[in-house]
Amino acid sequence: MDWQAFRVSLSLGLWTVALLVPVGMWAGHGLATRTFRGKALLEAAVAIPLLLPPTVLGFYLLTVFSPRSAVGAAFERLAGASLAFSFPGLVLASIIINLPFVIQPIQRAFEAIPADVRDAAACCGLSPWQRFLRIEVPLAWPGILTAMILTFAHTLGEFGVVLMVGGNLPGETRTLSIAIYDRMQAFDDTSAGIMAAVLLVMAVVTLMATTALSQRLVKRRG
Amino acid sequence: MAEHTLHVALRQDGPIPLDVGFTCGPGDTLAIFGPSGSGKTTVLRSIAGLYRPAVAMVQAGGETWSDSARGVWVPPHRRHVGFVFQDYALFPHLTAGGNVAAALTDRPRGERQARADACLAQVHLQGKTGRRPHELSGGERQRVALARALAREPAVLLLDEPFAAVDRAVRRHLQDEVAAVRRSLDVPAVLVTHDLEDVVRLATHVLLLDGGRVVAHDTVSALMRRPDLPGLVDAAGPGTVFDAVVHRHDRERGVIELAFDGGRIVAAGTAPAGTRVRARVPARDVILATTLPDGLSVQNVLTGVVRTVAASEEHDAVMVDVAVGGLVLAAEVTRDAVRRLALAPGRPVHALVKAVSIDVSAMASAPPPR
Repeated sequence: MDWQAFRVSLSLGLWTVALLVPVGMWAGHGLATRTFRGKALLEAAVAIPLLLPPTVLGFYLLTVFSPRSAVGAAFERLAGASLAFSFPGLVLASIIINLPFVIQPIQRAFEAIPADVRDAAACCGLSPWQRFLRIEVPLAWPGILTAMILTFAHTLGEFGVVLMVGGNLPGETRTLSIAIYDRMQAFDDTSAGIMAAVLLVMAVVTLMATTALSQRLVKRRG
Repeated sequence: MAEHTLHVALRQDGPIPLDVGFTCGPGDTLAIFGPSGSGKTTVLRSIAGLYRPAVAMVQAGGETWSDSARGVWVPPHRRHVGFVFQDYALFPHLTAGGNVAAALTDRPRGERQARADACLAQVHLQGKTGRRPHELSGGERQRVALARALAREPAVLLLDEPFAAVDRAVRRHLQDEVAAVRRSLDVPAVLVTHDLEDVVRLATHVLLLDGGRVVAHDTVSALMRRPDLPGLVDAAGPGTVFDAVVHRHDRERGVIELAFDGGRIVAAGTAPAGTRVRARVPARDVILATTLPDGLSVQNVLTGVVRTVAASEEHDAVMVDVAVGGLVLAAEVTRDAVRRLALAPGRPVHALVKAVSIDVSAMASAPPPR
């Protein structure tokens, strides 16, 4: 069992969720409540990572992250480290590929709130910010929770993009999925098997947790 | 009191055509009545700031909320409105108390709970403070919505088809509830409805709307006698609406004697003496006579003088207004009857009204205290 890889996977998952959920709530709320020119185009753009093969996505991200590109060079000047083959680069890539997994469920959850309820909150004297925090977020919470868990699980399992962008640097970019592949290549079936089992258990546990939580929320609201 | 009057002027060509202007004084209840799609709800939403017509002017509580000419537009949460939505629009994740308290965020935290409880008690929901909306009946949800609208002491009360989602049995009870709450509040109220009963029981004034335009705007009693108004009259036919007080309640005979401006009238029904009521006499149920035959079953023989005789091209019937004391009673008779009785302004007549023809409801809107 590669504990170092386990730690990398865990912190990649948590960082991705922590940085992506606020973005997803902002974008999902905007897409659910506003109408603007180019909205359909934006929604399609958000869904691109769902359709693109991970290697293709990884190729483009690596190109952009490379010190020879403007983005990669700028990051290197600011942070003093390369985006490509580094943990921050991995987090950024993870955020981009998880955009649809976060934005879409949150957008649906905000869309499910009746317009009258929103209007009633305004007529109660709640400012847009108060409406968001007190009424909309609590009502959209099951969707937000789903988004968090999906993102976390998806990040743990991501292989193609991680390999392309991060490579296989122990303690930096080698996640559990990469470590499993690595062990298999080395004919170390036992280690690979243990790590695969760990991921399987984590997947089952998160799924059970989501189901239980959403059932409790439904029961509370009727 | 004038600064608490609601002034509204809205105009736009599309997408929802609007050309509406009215005022509503404190203590008055204006019913906006009209077919669906006539723009009733849009008017209400424009007052609340939830809809922004091209040209809008809204003043309430001494403040200007909309004035497109000067570029003024106050967002909905800064307008002090109490809005009761058609489907209640309660916050499903909050308790009844929480729903009401949500409208009290401008008050200190410590006061909110007590004020929310008081508002719920006002609509007889004490003891249900901890219930969530899905644990309440339709009528109870409606009352929570009402308590929530009252909680922030609105400068104007807006009711959008408040009884549309409850069944008839509950409706009458709720109307009384709204009426009682209404009396406790000295602000203008605007009620959107397509139910004539709501108008008769709750409103002091009526604005008849069709295609976003004002067809008529007057007091309830004035509009009810007009035979030419579509919608309002289709619902019940022209008639006379007047306010009265129950003078005597005769349980044995099952009738109540009503005192109105200029006389007494007997109606079927029960209500304790002293109750303020609103009565409606359908014009087609009023019989006119110049001499009185004996042996009538009719309880009410009102003596008065013909004021106007109005025949119209489209209607075979003729509307005759008879002044009985301070009351002008509308009677619908045939052209033939006009000729036979020689009905003309100034002619003394008897108006006969059956007690069962008089529709009496406990009066909802008290006139504004002066």
